[in-house]
Amino acid sequence: MKQRLWRIIIGAVFFIAAILIDINAEWLNIALYLISYIIVGGDIVKRAVRNIFRGKVFDENFLMSIATIGAMLIGEYPEGIAVMLFYQVGELFQSYAVDKSRRSIADAMDIRPDYANVKRGDEVIKIDPDEVQIGDIIVIKPGERIPLDGKVIEGNSMVDTSALTGESVPREVEVGHEILSGCINVNGVITAEVTKEYGESTVSKILDLVENASSKKSHSEQFITKFARYYTPIVVILAVLLAIIPPLVVAGATFSDWVYRALTFLVVSCPCALVVSIPLSFFGGIGGASRKGILVKGSNYLEALAETEIIVFDKTGTLTKGVFNVQEVHPEGVSKEELLELTSYAESYSNHPISNSLKQAYGKEIDNGRISDVEEISGHGVIATVDGKKVAAGNIKLMKKLNIPYYEGEVVGTAVHVGIDNQYAGYIVIADEVKEDSARAIKELKEANIKQTVMLTGDAKNVGSKVAKQLGLDKVYSELLPGDKVEKVEELLSQKSKKGKLAFVGDGINDAPVLARADVGIAMGGLGSDAAIEAADIVIMTDEPSKIATAIKISKKTLKIASQNTVFSIGIKIIVLILSAFGIATMWAAIFADVGVTIIAVLNAFRALNVKNL
Amino acid sequence: MKKKFILKGLDCADCAAKIEHAVNKLDGVKEATVNFMTQKLVIEGEDDKMPAITQEAEKIVKRFEPDTVMKKA
Repeated sequence: MKQRLWRIIIGAVFFIAAILIDINAEWLNIALYLISYIIVGGDIVKRAVRNIFRGKVFDENFLMSIATIGAMLIGEYPEGIAVMLFYQVGELFQSYAVDKSRRSIADAMDIRPDYANVKRGDEVIKIDPDEVQIGDIIVIKPGERIPLDGKVIEGNSMVDTSALTGESVPREVEVGHEILSGCINVNGVITAEVTKEYGESTVSKILDLVENASSKKSHSEQFITKFARYYTPIVVILAVLLAIIPPLVVAGATFSDWVYRALTFLVVSCPCALVVSIPLSFFGGIGGASRKGILVKGSNYLEALAETEIIVFDKTGTLTKGVFNVQEVHPEGVSKEELLELTSYAESYSNHPISNSLKQAYGKEIDNGRISDVEEISGHGVIATVDGKKVAAGNIKLMKKLNIPYYEGEVVGTAVHVGIDNQYAGYIVIADEVKEDSARAIKELKEANIKQTVMLTGDAKNVGSKVAKQLGLDKVYSELLPGDKVEKVEELLSQKSKKGKLAFVGDGINDAPVLARADVGIAMGGLGSDAAIEAADIVIMTDEPSKIATAIKISKKTLKIASQNTVFSIGIKIIVLILSAFGIATMWAAIFADVGVTIIAVLNAFRALNVKNL
Repeated sequence: MKKKFILKGLDCADCAAKIEHAVNKLDGVKEATVNFMTQKLVIEGEDDKMPAITQEAEKIVKRFEPDTVMKKA
């Protein structure tokens, strides 16, 4: 690339010298022009000749050679050389831009671990992650990349997951935690047991996904390559007609004037600006999205996302955390704290998720000395003596059994009713908690012109409706069996407009068929879920639903840039073609239509990579 | 079967499109895509015709982009 730059500079020096030199010495003038031309465009002419022998006509090299040599033959030396010079500048710029964009995405995805420190006996040896086996013990030092998925068995540390999730706040890991390959260990030394082979590790899955991304092309890309296929031959034929017919038909028309116009056509006939700027825009969009922890499997999906009208969410694990927590405490005759404390104590022997969430809400150590006579009644609850009081905690069946009158109103979630010494003491509601950013996600989606937001859930109707209302969703279908979800999605598919798309968002568990049926399947919390990564078209690495709104914004921006580039490049080219047919536009305008447009379109495409404010 | 190739030195988006178009027309090819940005050619074709397809594809690449080298990925 450097060599090309030098050739352009030296050629330009000769070119300027030729322009500045005394016109009286015409031979010197022409000699300088020719030297400049050979330095700048020699390789293009050479390639043109070589390609003709290979049976490839209408290629850029050929068109540029004809246009420039033709211009010089009719005495327009400065134009001929300028065309070649700027064409080369444009080419150089274009390959620089493409190279840079390829590299920037490679950097963003530079998560491949180079080695693993494996403990063998007392020794720690460095080996290829590929050779590490499940059950091996690996040591990860501060600053190193985690080579394989595993479980921490010693040490604690902060782990930087930004390469995978786009999340800049490091995560804390300690003994027992899962660690994911591709993340960077920030401060402490951790020892971990490998749980997955390299090929099955998160890092390989992601690399595979990203490297095979955009093998599916968007409509805009298909359109532009098809357009280019017809555009160049048509313009070349027009150029030939323009050079031959008017001088024969129109009175007073000179050959050289019309040849000049025809050559101008040839300069504009190059399709490269068009063809390069569209994939570059999509590539930028996909790259930008991956920096935010959103992996898009192809530019067609990015395009479909921008046309989304309906977004269907699975509730559990997507809009809600999928973890049960104490939501409400309704005491009767005792204080809130007392009710929670006594209930937690009574339930403390159980390992049921409900008792775990009670203990978590209580938040203090359980002093076993305060509890006695624990009796678990299966399907009902538990009765225990706490601080000398007989505490009964369980469902309404338990209350009925003990003849304790209880609250009979509607409860959203699971209620634990409590009786203390055979007196009703109130109830505690335990439910799945909505994620912090769910409401914001729905709001942002509405702002992004999504017509319908729908939630599907297997939960009871009152639970589903409450969550839907809380988040501002348009529709909710509850009490669905897994099979019903596909049916509902099909029903919704028939409601959208012809061009609109439907996206389904799930956590990848049990919803692979729905992910596949939707126009765009989005899997959330891709970290660790292989099924999700495979079934989905778009994988969101974190578990924040607001990333869906971000993805839609990125897709819309990318699409806008792509269509700007299409309209702008085709528009300018056609305007210049028309103007030059009438002899208004000079070859300089044609240079702009070719090189100028390429540069502007490429710079515009680069904007797609910038997703900081989305 | 699906085969992936790297097109090293692929520098012209229009040529990439032309290569894709030409490879798609080869006998036995179900679908071929050239990704200009990732410099990759993916060919899906009938198993027994794959060696011939690969050879022809190589010729096509050489014809449209003489400076590009096709390698197995």
